[in-house]
Amino acid sequence: MKKDLLRVLVPSGMLGYGFPLDSFNRGLAMNPDFISVDSGSTDSGPQKLALGSMTCTRSAYTEEMEILIRAGLEHHIPVFISSAGGDGTNQHVEIFADIARELAHKNGWKLNMALIYADIDKEIVRKKLGEGKVQPCGPVDSLTAQDVDDATVIVAQMGAEPYLKVLRENPKINLIISGRSYDPAPMAAMALHNGFPAGLAWHMGKILECGGLCTEPSSRCMVGELHQEYFDLIPLGDKERCTPYSVAAHTLYEKTHPYLLPGPGGTLDLSGSKFEPVTEKIVRVSGSQFRPADPYTVKLEGAKRCGYRCICVAGIRDPILISQIDPFLDSVRELVNGLPAEQREGSQLIFHVYGKNGVMGDLEPNSDFVPQELCVIVEVAAPTPQAAQEVCNRVRIGLLHNPYEGRMATSGNIGLPFTPLEIPLGEVCAFNVYHLMQVDDPAALFPIQYIEVK
Amino acid sequence: MTYLKDIAKIIRSKNAGPFEVTMDIIFQNEEDYRRVLDSGVINRELVSKLYHIDPGKIITLSSFDAARAIKITLPRPRKQGSIGETDMHAAQQHVPLMLIELP
Repeated sequence: MKKDLLRVLVPSGMLGYGFPLDSFNRGLAMNPDFISVDSGSTDSGPQKLALGSMTCTRSAYTEEMEILIRAGLEHHIPVFISSAGGDGTNQHVEIFADIARELAHKNGWKLNMALIYADIDKEIVRKKLGEGKVQPCGPVDSLTAQDVDDATVIVAQMGAEPYLKVLRENPKINLIISGRSYDPAPMAAMALHNGFPAGLAWHMGKILECGGLCTEPSSRCMVGELHQEYFDLIPLGDKERCTPYSVAAHTLYEKTHPYLLPGPGGTLDLSGSKFEPVTEKIVRVSGSQFRPADPYTVKLEGAKRCGYRCICVAGIRDPILISQIDPFLDSVRELVNGLPAEQREGSQLIFHVYGKNGVMGDLEPNSDFVPQELCVIVEVAAPTPQAAQEVCNRVRIGLLHNPYEGRMATSGNIGLPFTPLEIPLGEVCAFNVYHLMQVDDPAALFPIQYIEVK
Repeated sequence: MTYLKDIAKIIRSKNAGPFEVTMDIIFQNEEDYRRVLDSGVINRELVSKLYHIDPGKIITLSSFDAARAIKITLPRPRKQGSIGETDMHAAQQHVPLMLIELP
């Protein structure tokens, strides 16, 4: 089926972050063919994948899903929600499905819903690893069997294929909730399903998965109008506008390369893209190409737990101490090294020295700056919460009382703002799977479940 | 002396996934963009010096005319969000670029 026009309404770049209702309603009045919103990101850290936490609260998701699903039902258009909960694990797809069921019961809705799961059985990853079909994605160590064991869960970013399968099998679908998805995949799938060129399909998805980040100033709600030769980007707020420059510049955002954007099954090549103004608010994009890859790869993501943290926040004002902060902190580190082995085993101590190089560390270009105050954040990581707290306690005492050259203030070296003086932070995690896996069937990896709610 | 921050419109850094940091330098107009690009001042040796990195490890040093932009992508100095993290989103690693001196 080949259409001349496909219109998507995107409420925001991230489900749960909020969006202006007047803009959203303006978008609805333009008769969109579907609503699509992404919920995923690795950007706020590995703890979601490792510990099962979500990017936003359940109530924030519920509030927005109620608005989106209601709009979809009233206008007889499907709603796509991808990368449930942030990490897109099966656990979070289930939570989103529960939210949808609760909303359906509360509002008396009939839902024809598809769930697409993205957790990958570790056995599959081990087998592919054994066949040499798993490679690092960027500057990452090669995957080991140990990494696979250590990861709490492994997900893969799905491409367009699982969505295409749902659209083919179930044309009357109201709601698709998917696990980890390449952000543009749902929008690209709808476009491909309706016979639009892959380059434009992926490029429009790539821009609009971020909502209105491509406008000046940045905003939330957008409409995209896809034609066979180009697509138009239409901001829905009063003040925001797209300019060729704002859209082109957004293309760079958070990407490794300025115009080659690799994803599942191929690379979007923007080297020939044109960005032209249609009105003072609307920009037209054309010329984008999709280059299929062989073999087809999906990106695996996983994270592991690596212990517990405890921190202490300390302020320093004394200029005599500030002038010799490095040797002083070394003396405190020595104190920890002197602890009995069983007490410090497996622990790591990091001083974050704000006022000196707290943000850039060794890369700080201005290393001679002498500040009026320093804030030292002591970070201790250890295998147990008790060990982390114990070592942090020793470090805090060292900071408070260790002597230094020329000391005049003998009653305490630091100003402590908070109690508890040592603050337990809970578990610390790390990404340990970020690899490309070759697959034969890019839909089969992602099981689909259809649910009817009456 | 003119610094890059005096003529660029945007100088920013951000994660590009959990293992890379990417930096964008975007210019207000074609003239400024060409001036900096054609001067060759932003090159692998300079990036290597500013970010204490072996030139061979620079992932991307490229430009995009449509956005009047120069992009630099490097391996992240440490794993995102784990022990010793100082900048979760890598949003404050752009400062050495601001102080690049233009010929």
